[in-house]
Amino acid sequence: MEALGKVFKYGDNVDTDVIIPARYLNAPDPSELAKHCMEDIDASFATNVNKGDIIVATKNFGCGSSREHAPISIKASGVSCVIAETFARIFYRNAINIGLPIIECKEASEKINAGDEVHIDFDTGIITDKTTGETFQGQAFPEFMQKIIRAEGLINYINSKEN
Amino acid sequence: MGMTMTQKILAAHCGLSEVKAGDLIEANLDLVLGNDVTSPVAIGEMKKMKVDGVFDKDKIAIVLDHFTPNKDIKSAELCACAKKFSTEQDITNFFETGEVGIEHALLPEKGLVVAGDLVIGADSHTCTYGALGAFSTGVGSTDMAAGMATGKAWFKVPAAIKFNLINKPAKWISGKDIILHIIGLIGVDGALYKSMEFVGDGISYLTMDDRLAMANMAIEAGGKNGIFPVDEVTIEYIKSHSKKNYKIYEADEDAVYDEEYTIDLSTLKPTVAFPHLPENTRTIDEVGEVNIDQVVIGSCTNGRMDDLRIAASIMKGKRVKKGVRCIVIPATQRIYLEAMEEGLLKTFIEAGAAVSTPTCGPCLGGHMGILAEGEKAVATTNRNFVGRMGHVKSEVYLASPAVAAASAIAGKIASPDEV
Ligand code: SF4
Repeated sequence: MEALGKVFKYGDNVDTDVIIPARYLNAPDPSELAKHCMEDIDASFATNVNKGDIIVATKNFGCGSSREHAPISIKASGVSCVIAETFARIFYRNAINIGLPIIECKEASEKINAGDEVHIDFDTGIITDKTTGETFQGQAFPEFMQKIIRAEGLINYINSKEN
Repeated sequence: MGMTMTQKILAAHCGLSEVKAGDLIEANLDLVLGNDVTSPVAIGEMKKMKVDGVFDKDKIAIVLDHFTPNKDIKSAELCACAKKFSTEQDITNFFETGEVGIEHALLPEKGLVVAGDLVIGADSHTCTYGALGAFSTGVGSTDMAAGMATGKAWFKVPAAIKFNLINKPAKWISGKDIILHIIGLIGVDGALYKSMEFVGDGISYLTMDDRLAMANMAIEAGGKNGIFPVDEVTIEYIKSHSKKNYKIYEADEDAVYDEEYTIDLSTLKPTVAFPHLPENTRTIDEVGEVNIDQVVIGSCTNGRMDDLRIAASIMKGKRVKKGVRCIVIPATQRIYLEAMEEGLLKTFIEAGAAVSTPTCGPCLGGHMGILAEGEKAVATTNRNFVGRMGHVKSEVYLASPAVAAASAIAGKIASPDEV
């Protein structure tokens, strides 16, 4: 598995209220949520993001509420991976459970710039900034997480296992 | 190797005599919780699973508290979906308007959580029940779906940080001030992935409402859970609210902690978290002049009897400052009724505050008190992120009920000693 896309860059503590504000939680349809993704931190995100693009942030990405609507809105926006120094634990769990790839890598989170083109190899955890030529070693995805992501989430994965 | 209190509860729920930090386990659940925002997503996910129904209709709680009484058609649809599912599955603990309270105030009050339980909830403040000596943590809707279907969830066993609370709290110091102080000290990711275990003689001075407010905000430090030892206060609370059997777990003498802090409660001052993170704390003498437009007293952090009593005692016979909207929201129907019988609601109304039926409402910027551009609010809630209570250019200052009540009277952030 791999990802390739343009980077949207954010800082520390990007919380679930800015990823998807509560005022939109009454309509949990993924494509509706995608229209408002990142709205309170980056109003133009939803219009500028393209399929495959990558979010890079620093510490504690996804802190706050347990709303699965947050990773769902990111995934439905077409984002192929989120790279951060650390993730808040419920967001981490939710992202895996719904099949949104995420990688922890401090160096990459600091050195990659907004707009860079970045490639990620999920099997090895190697992140390549094609704009600057730098490479970073992120955490490789354990096999079971790759399976969940390929199955597009935990539920499909559980179902396929039982068959 | 010794285990922490949290590790002991986890071990007991996966049938192991020992677990250690980092172990991946699959544990049996005593309760699975969801609300009007997260349950419909979970129900959708559960329907995709090849299961006939829920694992145990008595061990699921569905609490419609966020956008209720239904604020608009879309919210009504979410509640209708949750209600239909609860009816079909014959869910025992389904609560809607008229019986509902904010979930984390309601579950302990109804006796649905007791010491030793293992609880997951599709709401981040599920960590609240650590006050009762239970392990409880927030998860997402997919985990809720899998939990409802199988009665199990996977966990990574957390490492822990020990907070040794010593001495009698200084005047005006409530659980809220203590937890804000701690979050200010360690930061919003200071306890990331970890348990926050509170110990020490200072705990004996804290009421159950104080402890619930503290465990509630463990997530605001990134914690997986916050937990208190079980003492007489806990046992009395459990016995007067529940018929369930409880079990007391204690940390081993040689339990391993990543870090330890000692906090002398007698030296603390009322504490306020400035926008836009709960870690931006200042003591009341450092806040300066902050004029406000709104005060909210309520939420799963501070909408309980102790909170309303202290707020009413400060507001009694006084008037909310002209130009300030003060909204008081008792967290459950029972609290609402008790506050009415004690005359607290009368005090609030006579002071010029609005009193609402139980709801999360403004806490998450849902309804019942949304902020306009540039407005500032003092709230007894737990989050002050950008846009949390309304416009992205509004501001929320987190404080105790005492400071919130004093601020309502003063029209600016104020110490209870000033009014
Ligand atoms: S009161 Fe606020 S923090 Fe508590 S459950 Fe409701 S929305 Fe969440």
